[in-house]
Amino acid sequence: MDQDNNGKAVVVKDLERHFGSFIAVNRVSFEVGKGEIFGFLGPNGAGKSTTIRILCGILAPSGGSGTVAGFDISKEAEKIKIHIGYMSQKFSLYEDLTVEENINFYSGIYTISEKKKKERKEWVLRMAGLLDHRNSRTALLSGGWKQRLALGCAILHEPPIIFLDEPTSGVDPISRRQFWDLIYELSGKGVTVFVTTHYMDEAEYCDRIGLIYRGELIALGTPDVLKTELMQEDVLECLCTQPHEAMEAIEKISGVREVALFGRGIHMVVEDADRAIGAIKQTLASRGFKIFRIEKIIPSLEDVFVSLIEDRERVEQPQQEVRK
Amino acid sequence: MNWMRTWAMARKEFIHIFRDPRSLGMGIAIPMIMLILFGYALTLDVDNVPMVIWDQNRSQASREFISHFLGSRYFSLQAFVDNYREVKQAIDSRRALVSLIIPPDFAGCLASGRPTPVQLIVDGSDSNTATIAMGYAEVITMTFSQDIALKEIQRKGGQVVANPIDLQPRVWFNADLESRNYIIPGLIAVIMMVIAALMTSLTVAREWEQGTMEQLISTPVKAQELILGKLFPYFMIGLFDVLLAVLMGEFLFHVPLRGNVALIFAQAAIFLIGTLSLGLLISIVTKSQLLASQLAMVATFLPAFLLSGFAYPIRSMPQVLQWITYLIPAKYFVTLLKGIYLKGVGPRVLMVEGIFLAVFGLIMFVLANKKFKKKLT
Repeated sequence: MDQDNNGKAVVVKDLERHFGSFIAVNRVSFEVGKGEIFGFLGPNGAGKSTTIRILCGILAPSGGSGTVAGFDISKEAEKIKIHIGYMSQKFSLYEDLTVEENINFYSGIYTISEKKKKERKEWVLRMAGLLDHRNSRTALLSGGWKQRLALGCAILHEPPIIFLDEPTSGVDPISRRQFWDLIYELSGKGVTVFVTTHYMDEAEYCDRIGLIYRGELIALGTPDVLKTELMQEDVLECLCTQPHEAMEAIEKISGVREVALFGRGIHMVVEDADRAIGAIKQTLASRGFKIFRIEKIIPSLEDVFVSLIEDRERVEQPQQEVRK
Repeated sequence: MNWMRTWAMARKEFIHIFRDPRSLGMGIAIPMIMLILFGYALTLDVDNVPMVIWDQNRSQASREFISHFLGSRYFSLQAFVDNYREVKQAIDSRRALVSLIIPPDFAGCLASGRPTPVQLIVDGSDSNTATIAMGYAEVITMTFSQDIALKEIQRKGGQVVANPIDLQPRVWFNADLESRNYIIPGLIAVIMMVIAALMTSLTVAREWEQGTMEQLISTPVKAQELILGKLFPYFMIGLFDVLLAVLMGEFLFHVPLRGNVALIFAQAAIFLIGTLSLGLLISIVTKSQLLASQLAMVATFLPAFLLSGFAYPIRSMPQVLQWITYLIPAKYFVTLLKGIYLKGVGPRVLMVEGIFLAVFGLIMFVLANKKFKKKLT
C-alpha cells in the first residue's frame, strides 16, 4: 500500500448514495483493518452491493467520505483500482473465451510482466482446479469453477485488498467451503478481504461483521461480540414432547417474542430468560407436556440479526405513523 | 496510455469476433452481399423498355418508323396488337410500359407533308422510367422527321444538305454513361458507413448488458485504451471489406479504377476511424445493443444513402438539405471514391474532402473517449 493509514485498509465516514429519492446507503461509517476478513451482511437490497461498488471506485458516492488503500473514494478512484481486486456479484468473465484466454486478458489489463505472467497463470489454474480445463470455454464451467476463476482473474495482480460481492451465491456447499479456504489462505498472506454475503454461516467465518439493513449499518463487531453483547433478548432452547403443539401454548405467554421449531426442539426469543423459563415450565406442565430440558443458549448470528432488525422496525414504525 | 492493456483489449475483441459467426457474418458477408445486390439491382439505366405497337397503317413508311424504335437498345418489342383494348391490357398487366400507336393515315400524311400525329402511351406509375422512355421516343421520332425533312429539302433543292448544327457529345470519366461505374464506388462508401457503425455499436453495449463491463471498469484500464482496443479489430475488418469491395469492383463489376489504389485505402482508413468511433459512441451512450444497433442504422443508412450524393445529386436538393449534407461523412467518402475511381484524381484535388473526413474522425474519437465513464450510474 502506498500510504499508511493507521493500519486501515478501508475507512468510511457517513457514506451516502441516493438513486433518485431512494436512499440505498444512508450515512454508513466503518473501518476495516489491514489483513482483516470483513463481512458485510444484510438481506437482498440492503445496500451491500452499492457500498462495495463505491469502495471499488466504480460508483460515485452522493455524500460522505472514505479511503481505500489510502486513496480517496471520490477523487482518486483510478488509483484505488490499481490496488484492489473486485469480484462482482454476477459472473463477469467472458463466456465465449476459454479459461486461459480470460486469464491472459486480465494479465494484460493488469499489465503483469511477461516473466510473472506464466507463474500467475499457473497459480490461478491450480487454485481454481482448472489445470485440465485451461482450453475449455468458460461458459461450460460449473458454478464453483467459474467463481474460483473469477476470483483468480480479480487477484492476478496480487492486490492488497479484495472486494467480493456475494461470491458464493448459487454455488454448491462443497465449493463454498473450498472458496472460504481460499479466502483464509489469502488473508493469511496479509490480504484484506471485504466480502458481502447473506449466508449467516459464512458470517461466522469473518473476523468482523457489519450488518446493513435498509441502507443503514445497524451492527458492527466480531461475531462473538455480536452474539453475546448486542442482543437485548435471551434465547432459550426447549426439548419437550409434542413440540408442535407446545409451540402454540408457548406463543401465548407474555414476554415471549418469538417461537420457532429448531431441529427436534423449540427456540424462543424472550425478554428475560429466568422469568420466561418459569412461566414456560408452568404452562407446559399444566397442559400435560413433558419437558426434557429447557435452558438459555448462545444465540446464533441469525437470531441476533433477526432480533436487531425487529427491534429496528419496532422503533421505526411508530415514527412513521407520527410522520403521517 | 498503455499498449499492453490496449493490445489485451484488441486481442480479446478479435477472439469474440472470430468465435461468433454472426459478428463475422455481419462484418464480412453482409457488406459483400449488399454490394452484389445493390450493384446489380440499383442500375439507373433504362433500356429494353417493353413496348407494344399498334400499327394501323401497315405501310412501308410506318414499318420504317417502327424499325427506328426496334433498332435501338432502349425498346424491346413485346407484340404487335390490333386494337385499343389490347393496348390497355398490355399496360395494365405491366407486359408493356410503352405503347406506340400509329394512325391509319400515317403514310398519307407524311407524303402530303402535313403534320403527322403519332400516339405514345406511357405507364406513368413508374415516373422515372416513363420520363426516360419518353425522352428516348422523342429523340427517335425527331431523328426520323429530321431525315424526312432533309430528304424533302434535297429533293426540292436538288443538292445534298447537311444538318445545320451537328452536336457531337463526349462524355468524360464514364464514356458509356454506365450508371454502374459511378454507383459502385459510391456504394462502397455507403455500405462501409453502415457496416462500420453497426459493428462497433454492439461492442460496448454488449459488455454492459452481459455484466462484464462492471468487472472491466474496476481495473486500471483507461478509456482510450478500451476504445482503441475495441476499434482495432473492426478497423482491420473494415479495411479487409474495402479490399474485397475493390476486388469485386475490378473483377465482378469491371468498374474502371483510374486513380491510386493506395489512396483509396488511406482515405478508407480515415473514414473507418470516424464511422467506427461513431458506432462506439452510440454504443457507449445507449448501453443497449438493440437500441444502439437501431440508432446506428438510422444514423448511417438513410443519410448515407440519400444525402451523400451517391445516388441522388446534391445540387438538385432543397437548399436546407444541401447544407445538411455537409454533416454527412459519407458524402466526402463518396466524392473521394468517385474521384479516385472515375477521374483518377490525386490527393491535391481531394484534399478538402480528406480534411473533412479527418476532422469528422477526430471529433467522433474524442467524443467516444469523453462519453465513456468508468462508473456505474
